[in-house]
Amino acid sequence: MPGTDRDQALSELKFRDPVRARALVEALGRRTAELGRAPVSVMHVCGSHEQAIAKFGLRSTFPRGLNVIMGPGCPVCITDTPEVDEGVVLARQGVHIATYGDMVRVPGTSLSLADAQAEGAKIHVIYSAGQAVELARSTSDQVVFFATGFETTAVATAAVVLGGLPPNLSILSAHKYIPPVMEIVAEMPETKVEGFLAAGHAATITGSAVFEPFVARHGLPVVIAGFEPLDILAGLVKLVELIRDRTPQVVNMFPRCVTREGNLRAQEQLWKVFRSTGGRWRGIAHVPNGNLRLRDEFASIDARRRFTIDLASLWDCAPPALAQSCICGNIMAGLSSPTDCKLFGQECTPEKPVGACMVSSEGACKIWHQYGGHPDLGGDA
Amino acid sequence: MCLGVPGKVIEVAGNVAIVDFWGVRRQVQLDVVDEPVAPGDYILNHVGFAIRRIPESEIGETLALYEQLIAQAEQDDLMAEDVRNEIAASRDDPRAGN
Repeated sequence: MPGTDRDQALSELKFRDPVRARALVEALGRRTAELGRAPVSVMHVCGSHEQAIAKFGLRSTFPRGLNVIMGPGCPVCITDTPEVDEGVVLARQGVHIATYGDMVRVPGTSLSLADAQAEGAKIHVIYSAGQAVELARSTSDQVVFFATGFETTAVATAAVVLGGLPPNLSILSAHKYIPPVMEIVAEMPETKVEGFLAAGHAATITGSAVFEPFVARHGLPVVIAGFEPLDILAGLVKLVELIRDRTPQVVNMFPRCVTREGNLRAQEQLWKVFRSTGGRWRGIAHVPNGNLRLRDEFASIDARRRFTIDLASLWDCAPPALAQSCICGNIMAGLSSPTDCKLFGQECTPEKPVGACMVSSEGACKIWHQYGGHPDLGGDA
Repeated sequence: MCLGVPGKVIEVAGNVAIVDFWGVRRQVQLDVVDEPVAPGDYILNHVGFAIRRIPESEIGETLALYEQLIAQAEQDDLMAEDVRNEIAASRDDPRAGN
């Protein structure tokens, strides 16, 4: 038996209704055993899911035959190096850059925005797209909102764009769209993912129906789950059940926030401002339709059109040597765990991150460094 | 940036709501919320924008996780920090006087 870590994890759940937690853990064990084979891998694509799994010690309650891996669910981490470079080059040209906090320390080819700031560039951390608008109103200088994040965050960008931007504000969109990357991961032969746990709040926007074509194409179930420990456990029980019964479908286990059609008003604004186009996600691959870019109607506020962004100016700076050994790409593709990386906790720490996964509060490495990732279950199961 | 945060609507003025998050009052944009909101409703706030009006019957369950996170004493807890950042994403209530 797993022993004390498991008991401790279950006792941590006590404030969340211990009877239900225990019943769900037992159901998850039974369902996994009923599969009659091991290991079975399922993937979630959300930094907040990983935070909850790690924080509440859920992995120590998972059956040994069930592998719950984090896929490309950290929007900061999958922002590609050339996208960071664009921000860095603009910053070095003297443009004010406003961006979400974690982006500042994410490495580009040779520099992060924080490095540019140390050289004197004007970098502003914001928490909301609205704050980029306020910043632009407070100055006559050019301001670029380096806009990152998945669909939940992109709708906020869309809303401020549709509200009308000050003339000195433009958008550098590195927004990403989750459903297409699930296709990529599902098709990676090495990954062997048999089902997905989808993020509740992103699905609040897109609705559960957005996953139906994926399920039809790949024959893999998708369960939408919330962020409570019990939400995650219940979602996994349902997911393993669907794998066991070979009945791939979309199941919404987060009905208190998610509907089948989603938030239509938000979707309308999202697609009015953005179009999906192919592009690289850091460490993953080229993802068809995975990037959100401004539509042609918004060319006048597109930083890529307003400014000449000369990335070659960065090429004479040598990339940091340690970055060569970083395995963030494999971690985000679900092929490796943070602890597989020889830099993890050694040369790469939250204080001195080498890779993007150690920078962001939603990155697998930072989360595992903070909470411990895979608890030692003690002895042989 | 995955985690939205629920709060209670105190007042609505056009496109902006004053929302109470555990005693902290903030302005939240209503541009993309799925349904009209009124004082007393709960909304899910993400980066300064309400993305969902939470049905009344589901408010209790929705709040539970956050209450635990907000109560969390440790400053370095990642989830609690994300929740604090989400609340910071909204503007101060201009009439709060602090």
